[in-house]
Amino acid sequence: MKRLLIAGVVLAATFAGAGPVLADPVDDTLEIDGTPIITRTAAPEGHPFDELYSGWLFRESETRDLSRDSFENPGMIAVEDGEALWNTVMGTEGKSCATCHEDAAVSMKGVGAKFPKWDADSQKPINVELQINKCLTEQMGAEALPFNKGGQQELTAYIKHQSLGLPVEMDLSQGDMQSWWEKGKDVYYTRTGQLNLACASCHETAMGKMIRADHLSQGQVNGFPTYRLKSGLTSLHQRFRGCIRDTRAEQPKAFSDDLMALETYVTWRGTGLSVETPSVRQ
Amino acid sequence: MKITLGAIAAVALSTAAIASEVSPETVEFTDDGVAVSLTGVAGDPVAGAEAFKNRRLGNCLACHANADMAGELFHGNVGPELDGVADRWEEPMLRAIVVNSKHVFTDETVMPGFYSLDAGKDVAKDFVGKTILTAQQVEDVVAYLGTLKE
Ligand code: HEC
Ligand code: HEC
Ligand code: HEC
Repeated sequence: MKRLLIAGVVLAATFAGAGPVLADPVDDTLEIDGTPIITRTAAPEGHPFDELYSGWLFRESETRDLSRDSFENPGMIAVEDGEALWNTVMGTEGKSCATCHEDAAVSMKGVGAKFPKWDADSQKPINVELQINKCLTEQMGAEALPFNKGGQQELTAYIKHQSLGLPVEMDLSQGDMQSWWEKGKDVYYTRTGQLNLACASCHETAMGKMIRADHLSQGQVNGFPTYRLKSGLTSLHQRFRGCIRDTRAEQPKAFSDDLMALETYVTWRGTGLSVETPSVRQ
Repeated sequence: MKITLGAIAAVALSTAAIASEVSPETVEFTDDGVAVSLTGVAGDPVAGAEAFKNRRLGNCLACHANADMAGELFHGNVGPELDGVADRWEEPMLRAIVVNSKHVFTDETVMPGFYSLDAGKDVAKDFVGKTILTAQQVEDVVAYLGTLKE
């Protein structure tokens, strides 16, 4: 049966190549307020791609322009809100983030580019959102913020924005990070839902193709939290959950082991791309 | 009274249709594809065109361009253009591709199986045990694909 079909498959491949091909990321460079942004870079060893592309290269020119300029970028309002929270006293200890970390432009520079990290206390990877919760509960006598609420995205955007332009660089040698990387890789290649699609189906096999009105990128995380023109500030786990829902699967919980593993693995897949937070998306 | 009679007739009709329907588990794939109609009821190309473009049904345009539907916005190109597809494949093979293209291409294909229970992990509650298209919708889509000749 398979053999009989080869003719058809070859035909199919020929046809896929015909017509208007929107297969590639655009040829454009990004500088945000004078900071050069690495939007293409050579992939780390063992990566399925040779070259990595920021999702910015797959967006329309008007959307790309909004990322170039902090005054035009609607996501910068969230960064300002995050800055206000940074300086707000929260919890029973009478402290703000600034009480301990002082000027974020100094203390948080480069920090966002290195998450997720190994957290020896929980013996799991920790991301910026969970680190904020850790400081709130363990240092400040405050409640942990629920997913996407209470300024969690704004504080995360503010912290990541302090690494604007710096390359994503995780340390997989810490603790058990390597086995979480492996687990995340499994999640990435596992097909889910009634539509039976894996992350790799869309962001690897079909990368560069159009799925309806969407130009499929490599699904990189270096712009998160991103600002989506149709729905506003979007956290990474919200995006993961949305993509999984679109396969008609049950959505895993934010910060669940599966999504922390996925964040670890997918962040590695973007090693060397600059942090662009808050990047603008359609 | 009239209404009751009509309702009984409708129930009788639909059970008749289901009785002769091939279930997703028993679809028979041969070298030529799926030769036997899933329902025994001829496909309707007009209904098929609707199922093809409807985002909650086939949503085929998500991945395929189709010049016959030039009026519809946003044709994807994850899969090949379907112009002239009926010149390339006979009906049984078109049916096989729509039912479960993994039997025709490879297990790696991105195209979902539209009349298959061979789904991915953690299928959402509302879709457990269900196929994307019904047997008749598959027949309708196949009839529609049959009109795409160059
Ligand atoms: C009372 C002191 C204190 C306060 C207040 C505090 N932190 Fe921390 N923060 C720490 C300590 C200590 C660490 C390192 C140990 C750890 O991970 O808990 C840390 C680590 C961090 C890190 C990781 C730094 C790195 O290099 O990896 C981030 C990000 C962070 N805090 C954000 C915040 C935010 C946001 C707030 C306010 C909501 C805050 N912190 C409030 C003490 C504090
Ligand atoms: C059915 C197709 C499909 C699947 C499966 C899918 N995605 Fe996506 N994803 C999209 C589309 C469409 C977009 C928006 C366009 C783009 O950036 O690629 C997107 C965007 C993203 C983005 C944002 C990229 C950016 O630059 O802002 C990330 C991250 C992402 N996906 C990760 C994943 C992960 C991880 C999985 C698996 C759990 C996954 N996706 C599965 C279609 C898919
Ligand atoms: C998520 C993507 C996707 C969707 C949705 C999709 N297809 Fe496909 N289709 C493909 C791909 C990819 C191929 C090429 C086979 C391969 O490379 O694995 C293909 C191939 C085909 C072919 C063979 C074309 C040829 O010229 O040889 C037909 C016919 C077809 N699809 C019909 C449909 C119909 C009808 C629907 C909707 C009911 C549909 N497809 C939905 C991705 C998709």
